[in-house]
Amino acid sequence: MYSTNKEKKSIRSAYGKTLAELGKINPNIVVLDADLSCSTQTKQFAQAYPERFFNMGIAEQNMMATAAGLAREGKIPFASTFAMFATGRAWEQIRNSIAYSNFNVKIVATHGGITVGEDGASHQALEDISIMRSIPNMTVIVPCDYNETVSVIKYAAEHYGPMYIRLARTNVINIFDETYEFNPEKAVKIKDGSDLSVITNGETLAEVIDASDILAEKGINIEIIHCPCIKPIDKKSITDTAQKTGYVITVENHSIIGGLGSSVCEVLSENYPAKVLRIGTNDEFGQSGEQRVLMDFYGLTGEKLAERIFEEYKKENNK
Amino acid sequence: MDKTELENLNKTCKKIRREVIEMIYNAKSGHPGGSLSAVEILTTLFKKCMNIYPDWDKNPNFKNRDRFILSKGHASATLYAVMAEYGYFSESELNTFRHFGTKLQGHPSCKMLNGIEVSTGSLGQGLSMANGIALAMKLDKNPANVFVYLGDGELQEGNIWEAAMAAAHYKSDNLIAFVDYNGLQIDGKICDIMNLGDISKKFEAFGWDTISIDGHNIEQIENAANLAKKNQKPTVIIAKTIKGKGVSFMENQTSWHGKAPNKDEYELAMKELED
Repeated sequence: MYSTNKEKKSIRSAYGKTLAELGKINPNIVVLDADLSCSTQTKQFAQAYPERFFNMGIAEQNMMATAAGLAREGKIPFASTFAMFATGRAWEQIRNSIAYSNFNVKIVATHGGITVGEDGASHQALEDISIMRSIPNMTVIVPCDYNETVSVIKYAAEHYGPMYIRLARTNVINIFDETYEFNPEKAVKIKDGSDLSVITNGETLAEVIDASDILAEKGINIEIIHCPCIKPIDKKSITDTAQKTGYVITVENHSIIGGLGSSVCEVLSENYPAKVLRIGTNDEFGQSGEQRVLMDFYGLTGEKLAERIFEEYKKENNK
Repeated sequence: MDKTELENLNKTCKKIRREVIEMIYNAKSGHPGGSLSAVEILTTLFKKCMNIYPDWDKNPNFKNRDRFILSKGHASATLYAVMAEYGYFSESELNTFRHFGTKLQGHPSCKMLNGIEVSTGSLGQGLSMANGIALAMKLDKNPANVFVYLGDGELQEGNIWEAAMAAAHYKSDNLIAFVDYNGLQIDGKICDIMNLGDISKKFEAFGWDTISIDGHNIEQIENAANLAKKNQKPTVIIAKTIKGKGVSFMENQTSWHGKAPNKDEYELAMKELED
């Protein structure tokens, strides 16, 4: 299940390639984009199946409500643009036209989080998971690498229901190999540990793995839980790891308000109250910069995470 | 249409109006103004212009039904009364309108009631959904049409014009929109609140065919719908209507957009609507 080849691969290209492959198998798949088909990689589908591809121009609200109409007729629409515009601009269309009717629309948004980079705050969705997961009927998934994205997109095509799938702009190292199968009910224990638990997903999983190596050298053994499905969420894996280590840290490329960290807090406060520290962006907007520079500034690189987790662990144990 | 049929349809419209008033009175809430302005168009569409299958999905030809979407979902009372009239459900259910547990939600819900294609209520989204259905039906080579009913105030939503652009771009000739042009919205006259200007010219500029009619004239409605079906472009039928039509004290009164009549008003309205 785990990859031995640590090359970095584009999550977006996993989406584009898989979508084009699925288009061949399933004639009901249709794809919509809002003038970003090169960036989102839906262009691969557009070239293969032009009659089933609808470029809606820079009009996200119309794109989402049109997708609802296509779904009404039994199509499986994949609607893509940047996470900011997919969820922010078209939130109410997603809520009222798609989710309320429980239409089978897959919203696959790229460029989630601060790793949008140089384009800056206006394009960096840090609230998308929060506003998507509060919508009834909506499943929310944040895959971590190329192979998980492939599996998630296949899952989305094969299972009914509105879904929000958030992809990062970055190239990420392979964590899983081709045999990995996404299971929405199951978080994945990436590493056993005893001192504290880190729950993460998306591109920050690779950073947490790096942090774990640094921390191991300092004698701290962390448990890593990868939680690709934020809604519904695997309550058992979260409570189990909290019971085991007694201290949970969440890491996400998203605001600490409303995303994975909040989801974990909700689960634990109702099932096994434990101390939780949420790491993400702190109720703030992003800014321009190279991806790694921003990850460093917002404390999301392996090194920065290791420093922070080390300090927090010391504080916790000196009490 | 012969004279008898026309008389019968006009009679049906009067009955629908009585039911609309009754439903809103019973519910102690609802939207009489914009429901009454829609009566002739919805009745004519369901009776004369659309291929309908009131037993919903039990008919083998069901997939060829013409789709109807009430984008101005607040005219739901009229839609429900028309659907009951043409056999989608029992007329006795009309008195559950807007009550807890009803299939007849304040604004139409496709999860609650068979015959509702998509849930509506939040203005501006119905045209996009209708065009999505139209695009899917073209992919499926389904010859049916999609009818969508818009409010005039609703045209203030930007989403409408995004959808208008897309329907023309994708040549959705199976899409027929009606605009219920009664000239009023909740806060007052449309021309005072946010002037729409020349609606026909706007739609034409977006690449649509337009037809202007009297929205209370059944023959004009039928002729326009039949013409629109043959068009090579998406067509909008701009129907001049009277908000509150049929009840003298509700006609052209903004205040009757979204309130129920009291007992005296109810009785007065029902008297005016007697056969």
